[in-house]
This record gives sequence, C-alpha cells and structure tokens, in this order.
Amino acid sequence: MGGMVSLVAVAALAAVALLAVEVGDLRFVVGVVVPGVAFAVFLGGILYRVVRWARAPVPFRIPTTIGQEKTLPWIRSANLDNPSGAFGVWGRMALEVLFFRSLFRNHKVEVVADREKVNYVDSKYLWAAAMAFHWSMLIIILRHFRFFIEPVPRWVLAIQSVDGFLQVGVPVFYVTSIVFLAALLYLLARRFFDPKVRYISLPSDYLALYLLLAVGITGFLMRHVEKVDISQVKAAVAGWTSLQPVVPTGVGIMYFLHVFMVSALLVYLPFSKLLHMPGVFLSPTRNLANNNRARRHVNPWNPPIVGHTYAQWEEEFRDKLVAAGYSLDKE
Amino acid sequence: MAEKPASELIQIDLNPPKTDWRDPSINFESRRGTWSYPALAKNLTYLGFPNPREWSPAEDDWKLPPNWKETILEGIRERLLKYRSFHLFMDICVRCGACADKCHFFIGSGDPKNMPVLRAELLRSIYRREFTRTGKILKQLAGGRELTEEVLKEWYYYFFQCTECRRCSVYCPYGIDTADITMMARELMNLVGLNINWVMEPVANCERTGNHLGIQPHTFKDNVEFLLEELEDVTGVHIEPQINRKGAEVLFIIPSADYFADPGTFTFVGYLMLFEYLGLDYTLSAYASEGGNFGLFTSHDTIKRLNYKIYHEAKRLGVKWILGGECGHMWRVMHQYMDTMNGPADFLEMPTSPFTGTVFSNAASTKMVHICEFTSDLLRNNKLKLDKSRNDKFRVTFHDSCNPSRAMGLLEEPRYVLRSVCNNFFEMPENTIREHTFCCAGGAGLGNDENMEMRLRGGLPRGNAVKWARDKYGVNLLTCICAIDRATLPPLCDYWAPGVQVSGVHELVANALLMEGENERTTDLRGEPLAGFEAAEEEEASDA
Repeated sequence: MGGMVSLVAVAALAAVALLAVEVGDLRFVVGVVVPGVAFAVFLGGILYRVVRWARAPVPFRIPTTIGQEKTLPWIRSANLDNPSGAFGVWGRMALEVLFFRSLFRNHKVEVVADREKVNYVDSKYLWAAAMAFHWSMLIIILRHFRFFIEPVPRWVLAIQSVDGFLQVGVPVFYVTSIVFLAALLYLLARRFFDPKVRYISLPSDYLALYLLLAVGITGFLMRHVEKVDISQVKAAVAGWTSLQPVVPTGVGIMYFLHVFMVSALLVYLPFSKLLHMPGVFLSPTRNLANNNRARRHVNPWNPPIVGHTYAQWEEEFRDKLVAAGYSLDKE
Repeated sequence: MAEKPASELIQIDLNPPKTDWRDPSINFESRRGTWSYPALAKNLTYLGFPNPREWSPAEDDWKLPPNWKETILEGIRERLLKYRSFHLFMDICVRCGACADKCHFFIGSGDPKNMPVLRAELLRSIYRREFTRTGKILKQLAGGRELTEEVLKEWYYYFFQCTECRRCSVYCPYGIDTADITMMARELMNLVGLNINWVMEPVANCERTGNHLGIQPHTFKDNVEFLLEELEDVTGVHIEPQINRKGAEVLFIIPSADYFADPGTFTFVGYLMLFEYLGLDYTLSAYASEGGNFGLFTSHDTIKRLNYKIYHEAKRLGVKWILGGECGHMWRVMHQYMDTMNGPADFLEMPTSPFTGTVFSNAASTKMVHICEFTSDLLRNNKLKLDKSRNDKFRVTFHDSCNPSRAMGLLEEPRYVLRSVCNNFFEMPENTIREHTFCCAGGAGLGNDENMEMRLRGGLPRGNAVKWARDKYGVNLLTCICAIDRATLPPLCDYWAPGVQVSGVHELVANALLMEGENERTTDLRGEPLAGFEAAEEEEASDA
C-alpha cells in the first residue's frame, strides 16, 4: 500500500516536470527556479532542524556502552565502543558515520521450535547494502564537483578515473552508478519481501527510495542514453554558482528530470527521516564519553527535588527506632 | 496462569502478518498473563501522583481525567524541549529493521509490536501527527496516527512490555535507545494515572521506609541479625551488624532484595563475610536501605527523589566514600544519573581501597565504587586467601545484567572474580553475553506474577542460552550481579533450563573465602554439602 502511494507520488513529480518542460516550455522554471528554491529550502530546513535539536539540552549523559568500560588499569577497556574520553568518542563517531559500526553487528535470529533452539545467524546484507549505497552516493556527489568548480580539481579527476576504471562504454560507465542503483534496489526489495521490514515500512520509507532511484535513473539515462552535452550542463551549473542563471540549451529532457528529482529530494530531506544524516552526529547514546563517574555531567534544568529526608524518616519511625536500639540524631 | 509447557510456548512465528499495524485495539481480557496490574490508588496518593483510582485494564472505562489528551500532548511538547535524545529519536529513525529481532520480547512472542522500531513508532506516530508539519498536512500518509484512548491503551500494553534493557540500541545505526523512549512514554502515562503497581508500590515504599520492600528500620535490623546468625551456624564466624554507624569509612549500599529473600540473601552475607575478613570500616544504612531505584521505571523526577537519600545519608554519617552491591538498574542510576541529579558529592573523598591502596579514579566524581571493582582489585593484589575447590560442585556461567553491560560496561570484573574463586567457569554463546546480553525479561517493574507468561516468553533467549551451556558444559549455576535477576532468573531457569540454580557473584566469593576462626566447612552458604561431603551430610541428616 505504502509502496504504491509513494510510487504514484514520484511518477506524478516526474510527469509534472515533463509537462512543464515539454508542454509548458518552462525551462527556466524547472532548470533554474526550482533547483534554486530547493537548495534554499534544503539549507534552511536542515539548519532549522539541527538548531531545534541542538537547542534541546542533553540533561543526562547516557551513552550506550558496548564493551568494557575504563576502570582499573590492568583491565583492558574497549576505548572505541565504550569511550572514556574525547579521543575515543571521535573514534566511535568516525566508525559509526564512515563504516556503520553498529549495523555491522547485525545478525538474524531464528527460533527453531521443534528443536527448542534459538539461533543467531550472522547477517551482513543490510550493512553491505547500506555501505554500498551511502559510499557510492558520496562518490557520485563528489564526482559532480566537476560541474561546480572550474578548472576541474585534480581530486575530482582522480575519483573519476578510479570510478571509471572498467573503461567500458562511451562515455565510460562508473562503478558507483551501478552500485548505487543496485544497492537501492536491494533496499527496496527488502521493504517488499522481508515480512518484518514490510510490516514496519511507512509510505515515506518507500518515497525516499523511489526519489533516490529516480535521481539515479535519470542521471544514468542522461549520461549513457541521451548522451548529454557536458559543456552545456557545465554552462548551466556555472550559471547557478555565479548567480547569473541561464536557461540551459542543447540538453534533453533527462537533464530537466534529473534536476527536478534532485530538487524534490533536497526539499524533502529536512522534513523526512533523511534527517538521520545530520542527526547521527547529535545522538547522545553515541557521541558522549562513558566517564560518568569520573566527571560530573551538568543538567541545565536540574529540578530542585528533595526526597524524604533523614530527619523526616527518623521522626516517622521514632518509636520503632528507639525500640530497636538505634541511636538517633534528635533524641 | 495456566502454565503452557515450554515445547508449546516456543511455537513462535517471527514473521508479522500482512495487515497494517496502525490499528491500536488490544483485548486485555484475552491477553491475561502478558500485562501488569495497575497501581493501587493508595500508592499514587502517597506519592502525590495524578489520578489515583481503582481501575482495571480489562474493563472498557480506564477512568482517565477529562483533559487527558491535552495533558499528554503538553507532556510531549515539554519533553521535546527538555531532552535532545527524545526529540532526535522521534525524528531520525529510518525503519531499517536492524533492531527488529533484537528484542527478547519479540523473539519470545513474535508479537510484531514488540519489535523495538514499532514500539517506538507507537509514540512516534503521534509525534508525527501532532508535532510535525508533514504529519499535520498528510496525516496517515506521513505515518501519523490520531491520539485516541485506544492508542493510550496500546501504550500501556507495550511500554509496560519493555524492560528498558537497551539491547536494541546496540544495533541501531543511530543509537536510538528504546529504553529512553519507554521512559518518556511512561512519564507521559504517569501524567494521567496510567502506571503499574509493581513499579508504584516499590516507589511509594522506598519514599517512605527507604527501600522498595517497605521494610521498616526495626525489621531491617532483625533481618540483618537473623541472616548473620544463620551464617554463623554455617561458618562459625560471628559478624557484628554495622548499621547507621557514624564515622565509618564506607557507606555500603545494596538492593533491598539482598537482605529479604533467597538467593539474594546468600550474596548479602557473602559481602559481609568479605568485609569481616578484610576488617573494612563500613556501615549499612536503615534509611538508605535501597540501592535500586524504581524511579527509573517511573520518571526522571522520581529517580531523583528516591536517589536523594544516598548522598544525603553519606553526608549525615560522615563517610569517606560509597561502595555499591550487586544490582543492575541501581548501577544505571548510580553511574549515569546520581551525580548529575544529586551531586556534586564534594563532601566525600576519592575512593581508595584501604587494603591495596588502589585509587578508584574512575569514580573520582560520584565517589561510588562497584563491589566487583573493589573485589577484583583485592584478588589482583592477592589479598584474599581462598579455597576454590569449595565451589567445585558448581559448574558456573555468568549472566551479564542489562544495565551494567549497556549503561556502564562492567564486563571483566565479575568474570575476573568468578575465575578467581571457582574452577569451572564457562561462557554462554557469544551473541547472548556482554553487550549482546539478553534481559531476564522481568526488569523495569515487569517481574510480577500476573505477567508471568510474558516473562517466560521474553526469557526465551536467555533461558535457551543457559540450556545450551547446561547441555554442553554441564553448567548448573547461573551467576549474576543483579537483584532483579536473582528474583526472576530462577523461574526462568526452571522453565527453560531446569536444573540450573541462580546465585550472586559474592556468594561464590564467600564460599571460597578462608575465614580466620571458621569451622571446618562441609557445606556452602546455603547449607548444602560441598563436593566430596555429600555422604557426610546425608549421614548427619539421618542421625538427626
């Protein structure tokens, strides 16, 4: 159900872009205004959300500790999974953000009822697909810098040549383009065919995947089927970055669809679960050191709560305390 | 509950149905055995909590206050501003499903709403509907749900079906902590008088008498004296009770179950034997007679309120530092909350072992040391004379309790102690120990009898791992450092791994400890014969 609604939504977006360009001839709108507004919404939206999170204090230091904490000097502590200081926290966050450390721990549970046995089967598929998707997306984004910076920096050229090492096709097929689409398809297939994941999936979960797929597919078609004139794309992008926008000429419909889908994704991001991108950095169970007993953590709104005091307790149980031979503070 | 046999209870399908989960309706009557009774009015009244009344989840009318909806929504609004964790965890879940089969309640029940992601979605769907723009406009399409009485009832069922064990948080790529979300949901429910008695009665007791069990000071003293007399019968060593003694060097804080019921009592006398052996200058307190803190299962304010007495008593007695016994959630509070809530403890001194000179700089601020840290330091420095063979009848494994594992990281110390005091130590499977450990399924206030079916279900992964160790290594003793475990693991073992007993770590320390002036020992602390003395004990029994 959720999968269908989202697919229709993304198809409708594509249709809007198509009609706008082909029928309405709104090339300036789709090629310049929409991406401009989308980028502004993206930046403003992310900033707004992050500021809202950041304004909420972290009243307690609540890291999820994984592995041995730092205690006695002769006991080896797990400094990256249970960090005791800033150095370890940076390491932990780096592992989490760059290599999805927590996801790497994943395993699948099976209950084998007739043998009365619970099994734990190593399962790294989700981790592998997530890594493949995110890393290829990062590399693809970095590759796009050849449109944004003139002359094209050496690191972009280096990424391009490594990514295109297969040397197949004209223009060359990039490995990441294939990996990106394949990983997305796997993540989408999970949502349809893994009963647990299907059960928890919301329309927005499919929407994010469809949008990303639409971006990827339009980009792929533009490069390999439509064989867009790169210099025209570059001229258009230069128009954005120099704030002297020009209506791109000599590019096909795929260019507009690609730009429109990227715009949709940018607009959607601050209002969606895709916020996990900035959010992961702020997670208090991961980005704090487990040094609670060594260094006091201050709660800015610590309420002035006083429990049942000793004096009240002594007064309430005075007779019993006396009978049992306790010495009292107040005789 | 009419107990189903294990072979029947384990018939579990972990594949959810194809239906939509957003229907909140639950038939409480037909699900007896899987939920806890509501709090009695007297407990809420004593604590000044809202909406004390007699009610039952099995009835239609839950007697909510008329403005319940505004109260809950206002409560959410307030907490979004006060807790970054809550706000963030409401926003960033991608529903990847990594946590889905990590929850012991899901594994043992197959109920898809026990998948941590979905447990959180029960609250998140309301958050999206009421507090996000997309939710307000797109409603259901944005994954939003209307907050109705049915939803509230669903919360009651599922947020009192989470033991706040944090296991799911280990696997979450963003560290989303369901324990944190459950704590928020329970805080919210408390605002309209939805709470369970197994939590609120201990809280009310603790506020009044100083401990969850409601043991008053004269009975506290009686219990301690009685247990020490029993110990003297077994060991021949007399130990003078130390209670509310001003000027002692160390205040010793323990969970009240330790001086109340077996098998915790053997751990309790185990601690005191160790202190007697060492000549530690310590005192117990009849006022701060509870280390545990069921406030953790109620609200942050209640944690602070109950925890108040620890530093308050340490200051009154003029001790130098605090030592804490074996208890799981107690240590979550002592480690992650106490100093922030009721510190700074600047009237105390840096904890230092008087016997080894070791400075516990890891507790430099809270000034509170875990007994396993203290004892492993003693063992490392060869300060204890032991006869490990006294534990030879035990083939021992160790259950990591949730909080010391995932809210602290106390993994090696108890193992070091166990390996030092017994000859036969074995680990359970890797995916069920240390940070991967499985809950006893009776934590967070759920260890009551009316919830027994759910406890046994949630206990499946732990019980199954114990059974594995029993069958593979002949394990017959499951040790742990948690008072709730000592109460909840025995029925769990009887059910899933019959023949395995439960004990604390310091019970085994005391079994092995060679006390000055002790009798020739033929039994352990439980009065059961040591390996090699079974025949002698039987003779004695038949003589008598």
